[in-house]
Amino acid sequence: MDERFAAAARLLPGYLAQHVLLSLCALVLGFAISLPLAVAASRSAAVRWPSLFAASLIQTIPSLALLALFYPLLLALSSLSRAWFGIGFPALGFAPSLIALTLYSMLPMLRNGVAGILGVDAAAVEAARGMGMTGAQRLFRVELPLAAPVIMAGVRTAAVWTIGAATLATSVGQTSLGNYIFAGLQTENWALVLFGCAAAAILALAADQLLGLIESGLAARRAWRIWLGAAGLVAGAAIALAPLAVPAAAGAYVIGAKNFSEQYILAALVSRRLEAAGARVTLKEDLGSATAYRALAAGEIDAYIDYTGTLWTNTLGRKDNPGRAAVLATLTGALKRRDGVVVLGPLGFENAYALAMRADRARGLGIADLNDLAAHAPALAFGSDLEFLSRPEWAALEKAYGLKFRKQTSYQPTFMYRALVDGEADVISAFSSDGRIAAEHLTVLADPKGAIPPYDAVILVSPRRAHDRRLIAALRPLIGAIPVTAMRAANYSVDRDHDKLTPAQAAANLGARLPQ
Amino acid sequence: MIQLRGVAKSYAGRPVVGPLDLTIEAGEFVALLGGSGSGKTTTLKMINRLITPDAGEIVVEGGAAGESADHLRRRIGYVFQEIGLFPHMTVGENIACGPRLARWEKARIAARTADLLSLVDLPAESSSRMPGALSGGQRQRVGVARALAAGPAIMLMDEPFGALDPITRDALGRDYRALHERLGLTTVMVTHDVLEALLLADRVVVLGAGAILADGPPGDLIAGHPDPAVQALMETPRRQARRVEALRAGSAHG
Repeated sequence: MDERFAAAARLLPGYLAQHVLLSLCALVLGFAISLPLAVAASRSAAVRWPSLFAASLIQTIPSLALLALFYPLLLALSSLSRAWFGIGFPALGFAPSLIALTLYSMLPMLRNGVAGILGVDAAAVEAARGMGMTGAQRLFRVELPLAAPVIMAGVRTAAVWTIGAATLATSVGQTSLGNYIFAGLQTENWALVLFGCAAAAILALAADQLLGLIESGLAARRAWRIWLGAAGLVAGAAIALAPLAVPAAAGAYVIGAKNFSEQYILAALVSRRLEAAGARVTLKEDLGSATAYRALAAGEIDAYIDYTGTLWTNTLGRKDNPGRAAVLATLTGALKRRDGVVVLGPLGFENAYALAMRADRARGLGIADLNDLAAHAPALAFGSDLEFLSRPEWAALEKAYGLKFRKQTSYQPTFMYRALVDGEADVISAFSSDGRIAAEHLTVLADPKGAIPPYDAVILVSPRRAHDRRLIAALRPLIGAIPVTAMRAANYSVDRDHDKLTPAQAAANLGARLPQ
Repeated sequence: MIQLRGVAKSYAGRPVVGPLDLTIEAGEFVALLGGSGSGKTTTLKMINRLITPDAGEIVVEGGAAGESADHLRRRIGYVFQEIGLFPHMTVGENIACGPRLARWEKARIAARTADLLSLVDLPAESSSRMPGALSGGQRQRVGVARALAAGPAIMLMDEPFGALDPITRDALGRDYRALHERLGLTTVMVTHDVLEALLLADRVVVLGAGAILADGPPGDLIAGHPDPAVQALMETPRRQARRVEALRAGSAHG
């Protein structure tokens, strides 16, 4: 078997267990809320229209956004609760995913519940009333049994939606089958994307078929179908969840990573070192820039790699550029004071935001730096990654050089490089440690006005691990040990189209080149 | 004894019933006869509080003070045209509903179900069948059995045989009348069928626009009534019979 598939398959038990746990909890919780609400809605139009409207409204929010919205909300709640009761709770990972998916699962269950109960033969309801059944007896003996097939059809739809949408939980730090898809998309590892999609689809299909068996059993009043479907669901869930029963070693380190190849590789490198030191490690990948830092400050992740320029502009909100050494020194002091976060030290390379062009095109237009670019910009198309245009670095560049492009388009980083090579974009927002810069013959445009601050990669450690000897001992040898050429080579080995390595393989290669 | 005193009901400001006074003695078989909009069904459903009257008082003898509507309904059998058998339960489970609500023991419920099936002239093995597999007449027999299961003294019937073919309807009507006698029931039956009212009931109450137009034994009403509408209504079966007779005679002579 292809090594990439084998690597993906090894991750399956863990990803599947988390995915099933999350989907199952969301569905059970969603059902527990939807069913009573559907009963209330079937009794009263004053409940019916607002609740159906609210459920429909939630459905119109893209599921990715819905997931993302609960992180800041929970973070605020958590800090409130910490302030009032002295107890915080994790705002990242399971909790926001569960809430978002629960809300997301409710519409089909609520809608079918209401339709099912209202659709019960009026004569049967009148007979129940006429023989003196109380409201509850009527509900449980007549209405719910008769509405059950319609209600189950709603559960089925909700299950398929929820299992599909749960792949997006990866973006708020909850492990799921989406880890394959997000990681695969970032590293252009289509085998991984395909693997993730297929796994989620098979899971959704299996749940759908088993629930369908229960639904048809309810409709045709065939008890064996109901029991067979239920037994299949229980057995499937038990098998999928089994890996979770192995108790996670207490004190496992949580290493964070943002959503691009370099971050995956460095997180894998850190994990390898920790594991070599006998520690257990969990990865939380695909975090957004701001999310990663806040999660670290809150102690939800123990360490990750960030970049001085990002912290300087985003976390400290600074717009000036006092130079490499001053930025690092100021950051180290400010983050420690403000959040208790430890800046352990720089890795030795920079991954700066930079604007890049195809070398031939730049030469043809006579563009060497951003001053030259500004003169040609109105005739050029600019492609950026998804966050660059909303970052302060872009605002600083725009202001310093007066950049006005003919067209601006945002891409996933992978597709951004494609757009540049295909000529769809003339200039892109690149990263200076990106292996594709050398490989694709790109020219990085100089920044003579120093509008963009330095972006030295630094190791950050959470406040609660600030004095953790094992962690510090494993991380310290990385300081100053990774030159930009080594990082570019590692990044390229993951990003290139042929003979792709997994981030773990690239991390192993990179680790082998480190001084022991 | 069932007593209605000054009972009135209106929908959206439009009066449907009363004010109406009516006393039904224990053991009586009363037919509430009238066309659509006469208020007969509303009157019937106010007796078991499926409909709440706007004014007046209804006393159903035998209940405790402050009896809830659910408890009142458990001692009154209720049969209606649409029957409303529970499609997810067997015939036996349908019949057992009332006794289960009254928390009878299992053995007693089983014995009662078997008794009732024979009482409404259904084979014992139909107990395990689903309602969907029965004919219309059989379904209404189950409906009657279910209403009788908890041993009510009073039966309220709303067009109970209205959806059945004439032969089944006649047979079921007569069977029910026999049950009424045998079990010593008090029966109030709503119908728009004059013949059914005259042939089954001891007493016919003719309703029109929510008021009582006539009240008396079938024989008295058919002998003549001062109200021309009642008179015309009572004439209908005889007029129809004469026309049928003429048809037969015509055919015999032709």
